[in-house]
Formats: sequence, structure tokens, C-alpha cells
Amino acid sequence: MEDQGLIKKTVDEHGTEDLMVVLGTPDAESAGIFAETVTIGDPAFSGPLAGVQLGLPVYHVLEPEVKEAADPQVFEDEVSLMEISLDVEAISKEVRRFREKIKQE
Amino acid sequence: MGYPVVQGASYILAHAPDLVQYGSKPRREIPKDPELLEKIQSSLRDFTAAKDYPPHQVFLGNREPEELWEMEQPWYENALQNSPRKGKWGEIFPEEEFYGWLKIADQFDLIHYTKEATEKIRAALSDHSLVEPEDLESLGEGDSEDQIKNFISQGALELYLKGDLIGCIRDGHDEDKNLTADILLENLSVKTTGFLAVKSLLENIDQKEEDIAFVINCGEEGVGDRYQRGAGNLAKAIAEMGGLENSTGADVKAFCNAPMHASVIAASLIDSGVFDHIVLVGGASMAKLGMKMQGHLENDMPIMEDVLAGTAVLFSKDDQVNPQIRLDTIGKHDVKMASSQQAILSALVDKPLQNNGLTIFDVDKYSSELHNPEITVPAGSGNVPHNNYRLIGSFAVKHGLLDVDELDEFEKKYGMPGFSPTQGHIASALPFLGFARERILKGEMTRTLFLGKGSLFLAKMTKTSDGMSFILEENSNSTQ
Amino acid sequence: MFEGKKVMCIGERDGIPGPAIEKIIESAGGKSILSLTQCFV
Repeated sequence: MEDQGLIKKTVDEHGTEDLMVVLGTPDAESAGIFAETVTIGDPAFSGPLAGVQLGLPVYHVLEPEVKEAADPQVFEDEVSLMEISLDVEAISKEVRRFREKIKQE
Repeated sequence: MGYPVVQGASYILAHAPDLVQYGSKPRREIPKDPELLEKIQSSLRDFTAAKDYPPHQVFLGNREPEELWEMEQPWYENALQNSPRKGKWGEIFPEEEFYGWLKIADQFDLIHYTKEATEKIRAALSDHSLVEPEDLESLGEGDSEDQIKNFISQGALELYLKGDLIGCIRDGHDEDKNLTADILLENLSVKTTGFLAVKSLLENIDQKEEDIAFVINCGEEGVGDRYQRGAGNLAKAIAEMGGLENSTGADVKAFCNAPMHASVIAASLIDSGVFDHIVLVGGASMAKLGMKMQGHLENDMPIMEDVLAGTAVLFSKDDQVNPQIRLDTIGKHDVKMASSQQAILSALVDKPLQNNGLTIFDVDKYSSELHNPEITVPAGSGNVPHNNYRLIGSFAVKHGLLDVDELDEFEKKYGMPGFSPTQGHIASALPFLGFARERILKGEMTRTLFLGKGSLFLAKMTKTSDGMSFILEENSNSTQ
Repeated sequence: MFEGKKVMCIGERDGIPGPAIEKIIESAGGKSILSLTQCFV
């Protein structure tokens, strides 16, 4: 994942309290890689977040929790078709896995 | 006289395993990990493996895109046997020959090979149909090994062939960061692959070089110096090298979406009567070699981004035979539109079709961004064409014309598997243009919609995206 | 769940881009402090 430096810098500036991550990746595999990067660290062990456990709560924008919280019209306009075309269930499962992992720690 | 036509398209590949280490990603990662270079080198494919790789054979025109769905995956482990180097649309060049063309493209004495390497390259090139006697002459005699070492000690970038040092490329200026050896190597790679695509195009088409009036380059690299970064004009440099004596040209830049803009501009210049024949050309993105290598290495795969690609298309005034570009159905993503995928595809597919009384099903094939999924999926960047087709189908679902369960079927019928190298603009829809033209001429298809998107936000000047589409259609005045 | 939260929106070109995520979480009361869109091609 490129841009890890930017994420790290933002965390350094704002701290991890009240900080969340929301992803827009197109499939479960990429959602998993991104979710892992912002929770337990860069799985490729090469970027600035290698070995850095940010432990941030992470969601995918298409997860039911996000949809419920959002303005229905905005959700409809921005991503309703992506909800049809992407495998939301598989994506959610993968992101939830990392969210639960950090909860346990 | 009707809308302009597509007379033909060419697609070429240059196998460049020894340049993978100079791709942007490897170049940044190698200094961080002392073992990485060796890992990369032991994971590179040889020429035969690159040639016989099924998606490459599709790219060159020897197989139909849909055949890939029938072939066992991973394709890199199920290579075709003894497939030809040359296809209907162009050919794959071995690295040795590519190095030869690179030297021929160099007018500023930047590239130097040893005497031994020069002879080897000359011998490899001498029988090639595109080579002229003066090309072989411009290879020169080569330099002594001491001289090459001397250049390298002064900062020149080493050039390797099959792991052996064969020469170097020197900086173009002592102080200008835009003319360093690595940047000039990228730029000369674009010029060279663009030239090879133009020559392959003209070799296959019954149109003389002197008839071409204008060349539009849609490649992603911006050539220039410190006072005018990205200023261009590679189009004219390629036209010159390709012997298009009556032509000038210009570059059109819009990230991966440039081929769509360039196609619409080319067709419009012809439609308005300014020029009769225009060549669109896009050379390679050397910076993208090895871009997703980490995903490939982690999955014990060969490094899949080991080829440079080039494409060229000839647009001409209506000949009442070839398929036409419908200039009345151009789709475009406007500033006021959201940059979500659904907003982009609505602008590129749904709206232009609706405005012209067509439904999603009136298009026989959608040619979207045809990135080879075998390259992108292991690196966590998804299956781009698959996602595009599902999203296009979702519009039909939204209009009540299709059931969600039928999206897979929709993809099979109206889409195709990705087969293009992930060279940015190269994958952007045009790889299917040769097939589309042929199928329309044979009466197998009426209409193909081509669409491209551009990640403008990468330049940090705007957060918006870009997109454009056009329809290629059976010639309305066809007398055949 | 986003009320009073700071959110990093990490979008992707072939999924949902940063600006779209930003709009959605802001409609839910969150504050976007970083919005980016990854591109792998």
C-alpha cells in the first residue's frame, strides 16, 4: 500500500483517540490488506507502517454500520450501485476480522 | 461523408526483464532491502515464457480475449506452447532488439553499449522487417569496456542484458533533475515503443506514411526540462522516427484517460475536415515495471510487470467500409459530477446511451480498462474489468432490466477478461479496438463502447477523477 | 457512530474514491481529516 507515510503522519499529528479509518477498496482481498495495515501493521513489511500497530477501528464504507449512520440520500447518490456490484458480504467479513482482532488485544 | 473511421490498430510488447529494477517501485525498495534485487532477478520470466503467456498472445491478436476464460489459471503456469512472436496486431520484441531500437531512438549520444553488445544487437536486429540500413549504421561500433566503466563512475546508469552489464545511459545535463539518466531512459522507452507501434500499424495497413498529417501521443510520460516539465512533444519525435514526413503532432495528457481524449480529438479533427489521417500513439510506462512486485513475490509468482507495451491507431475520414466513431454519443465526466465510480460510469455509459435512445443491451461489447487481473489481484488491487462490468450491469439492474443474479452472465456476454499489461493508459480500453474493428467488419458485432478513466488526483491538483467514452459502430454508409 | 470522530478516508480508484467516502462519513457526523484515493494501475 502506497501512502502509508501520509497515514502515519496524520496519526502522529492527531493521535489515535477518536480516530477511525473508513475504506473504499473494491474486493475482500484488498480490504483485508488495507485493514491489516491500519490495525496490526503493513503485511508486506516494507512501508512506514511495517511493525506499527495503529490499532484503529476500521470500517469499509459499504458495511451496514456505515450505511445506517449515513444520510440515505448521500449514500444512494454516492455508492448505491457499488453496493449492487461489489461483494459487500465478503468485504465486510474481512474488515470485521481485523476490527475484532484489535478489540481482543 | 459520415463520421471518421478506424482503419486499424497495432499493439506491441517489448520484454524488458533487466529494466524491472529501474521501475519506480523496485528502484525505491531495492535500497531498503539488500536481498530484494536478487529476489527480483530470480523471479523474472525468460522471453519464451513472456511470449507464450496467454494474455500476451491475446494482446498481440493471436487469440480472442474470451478464450482466456476457457484457459486454466494461473495463466503464467499454463503457458501456450510455441506461440508465434508476431500476432495480427504487432509483435513482442526480445530485450536485445529493444535495446537496439532504444539506441536508434537516441539522438543525443546518451546510450552507450560495449563493442561486443553492439555486434550482438546488430546481428539480432539485422533481419527484422522494420529495420532500415541506416538504423543499423546508427548503432555505431560501440565503446570499450573501460569507457563504459568510466561513464558509470561519472554517474551513468548501468544497462544489463540477461544480468550482464552491456552498457549505460548518461545524464542529459549536469544539473537538470528532469534530464537524469533514469528519466531519459523512461522517456526513450516511450519513444521507442511508440515508434515500434506506429511502424507495426503501418506495416499492416494499406495507407502510406506520407498520407499521415498528424500524430497524437497519449502516453503518460511528460518529457521536458527544468523550465518546462512535461512540456512534450513526444508525438512529433515519434513521427520523425517513424518517417511520417508530412506529419506534425502534439501530446494529449490525462493520465489513463488520455487515449479516450486523444481518440475523440483525432476523430473531431478529421470530422471537421482539418486532417484526413491521424495516428494516435501511446508508448510504454517504464516506471510501472515491477510496480506490484511485492504482491507477486509474496505469492511465489514470477514478476508479472516485465514488459513494456505500445499501441497505435489510425483514424481516417469515412471510407464507407471501416467502423465509425459516433461523435454524437461521446460520454464525458463533467466537473459538476461526483467522482464516485457510479457517477463516472453513469456519465460514460448510462447517460450517452439513454440520450441516444439506446439501452445497455444495444452495445455488443463494453471495452473498459482491460488490466490483466493476474497482475492486479495478487497485489490487492482487485479485478478491474470484472468490477467495471458488474457496475455497468448494475445500471441495468437499477433500470429493472436485469436481475442481480444475472450480473455474472452479463459480464460473460457484454464483457471480457482483462488481458492488457498494467501500463496505465495502454490498458485503457484501446486493446480491444483491433478485435472490435475486425468483428464489426465481419458482421459479428454492431457496436462497441470504449471507456477510460483517469486518476487525476494523483497529481495533487484536484481531487476529482476523469472519464470519457465513445462508441465504435458499423459503418452506416457501408456499401459492402 | 461517527459523531465527534475524526476519520481517515482511504479510498480506491476502482472501488470507492476518497471524496465519496468523505461525503458519506460527513453526512453521518464524522470529520474527515485525511482523504486519499489509491491507484494501482
